[in-house]
Amino acid sequence: MTFPKISLRGVTKSFGSKKVLQGIDLDVAKGESMVVIGGSGSGKSVLLKCILGLLRPDSGSIKIDGEETVGISSRQRAAVMRKFGMLFQGGALFDSLRVWENVAFGPIQSEGMDPAKAREIAIAKLGAVGLGPEIGDLFPSELSGGMQKRVALARAIAREPEIIFFDEPTTGLDPIMADVINELIVKCVSDLGATAVSITHDMASARKIGHRIAMLYEGKLIWQGPVSEIDHCGNAHVEQFIHGRAEGPIQMQVRKL
Amino acid sequence: MNIPLVTLLGRTTLAFLAATGAVTSFAGEALRRAVQPPYYRRQILRQMMEIGYYSLPVVGLTAIFTGMVLALQSYTGFARFSAESAIPNVVVVSLTRELGPVLAGLMVAGRVGAAMAAEIGTMRVTEQIDALTTLSTDPFKYLVAPRLIAGIVTLPMLVLVADIIGVLGGYLVGVYKLDFNDATYIRNTMDFLQFQDVFSGLVKAAVFGFLITLMGCYHGYKSRGGAQGVGMATTNAVVSASILILTFNYFITEAFFAR
Repeated sequence: MTFPKISLRGVTKSFGSKKVLQGIDLDVAKGESMVVIGGSGSGKSVLLKCILGLLRPDSGSIKIDGEETVGISSRQRAAVMRKFGMLFQGGALFDSLRVWENVAFGPIQSEGMDPAKAREIAIAKLGAVGLGPEIGDLFPSELSGGMQKRVALARAIAREPEIIFFDEPTTGLDPIMADVINELIVKCVSDLGATAVSITHDMASARKIGHRIAMLYEGKLIWQGPVSEIDHCGNAHVEQFIHGRAEGPIQMQVRKL
Repeated sequence: MNIPLVTLLGRTTLAFLAATGAVTSFAGEALRRAVQPPYYRRQILRQMMEIGYYSLPVVGLTAIFTGMVLALQSYTGFARFSAESAIPNVVVVSLTRELGPVLAGLMVAGRVGAAMAAEIGTMRVTEQIDALTTLSTDPFKYLVAPRLIAGIVTLPMLVLVADIIGVLGGYLVGVYKLDFNDATYIRNTMDFLQFQDVFSGLVKAAVFGFLITLMGCYHGYKSRGGAQGVGMATTNAVVSASILILTFNYFITEAFFAR
């Protein structure tokens, strides 16, 4: 029997009285790229952090390769984390370390790889995202936003993860750089044969990097299906979102979750 | 808003107890993970440099002026009773037992505790701590444990240096301003100094080192909400570390010297 790579059942998460996730069911097959779309404050980030294990859901089950990951010990968690790579929204590069040390951080710190060898891998990964070896000796603060995103992508793929998470990969980039990052994501994911889960509110990005799209609204997934079907899905909420209209069933939430 | 007095009292008490519990479990978790491998030796050495070596100028200046003013003040008092010969002893005992550890602790709290809270707080709000976790690196082991270990180990060394420099300050004032014989000053300093005077000061220093780094890490780690949150974490780290230093100072003194 084959399991879906990632399987969520009835995942809920509340902060105080605010119910952010209200029973999420989601399956992502191996090698598939799933994009979760939704407005600001719809709980996309919380969903991603629950799957990653940075937040613990209040109830429900999250299985990776058919194995339950809710409530496992920190040692088991570290083993599961080994399968993951994550591209953070702001890059989250370590600003006290040089670019190559950032990219080589996973191999050196968690796998005890020899720094000289890890440096070679880091340079190779930087090359894969279109950055020359001379970038490796700079500090993250010396790079532009687009370059930082590329370095963060190189760090996310440095351990050749089975599952890569992308948190708003194109936010804050100009349209051309956004497209460059989208293409890099598609290329990296297909080169590694990895499974991808992205969250975004950028529809151009979602169409480019996704195989399937799921829409999160008020803590529930209100629609999911292949990218090709999203334009005639017949769901008023989804149509309002993908066409970016202010009028419609979705009223913008003002308060942060 | 009109809150009855009892409600206010209850709320304050509950908030205090909750904070104490949170800090204690944070400290327990950090210490538990600090003793398990892997150990990040480079991080520990880096923090020791930061806490110890780079604090030397500010702690040295504090110590030398404290020693000088102690000699001067005790002279104006003791001269009335013709008890000037007690001055070297007063200087060295006050410094080693109390002023060395407390003043060094307060200076380091302002210098290092604040920097730690700001650094870890910024890492928290820019998701760098989450990034550590996703790279299979335990933030407690990588960020918190090296700082705690460095604080506990380094502060006693720093205080030992401060003791010596402080005594030198007293000596300079005693010999060059108050016309002590230099050999007599040194003999009077050493004759009445007991092992326990220095030792209790070093025990205090180790405790203060733990408290300063714990407060810096705790407030940084728990900070939320951008620049304002980090600013608040920095203030809280320094204020709480200073208060804890003064509180613990009393109880350690009582444990050592109360008969």
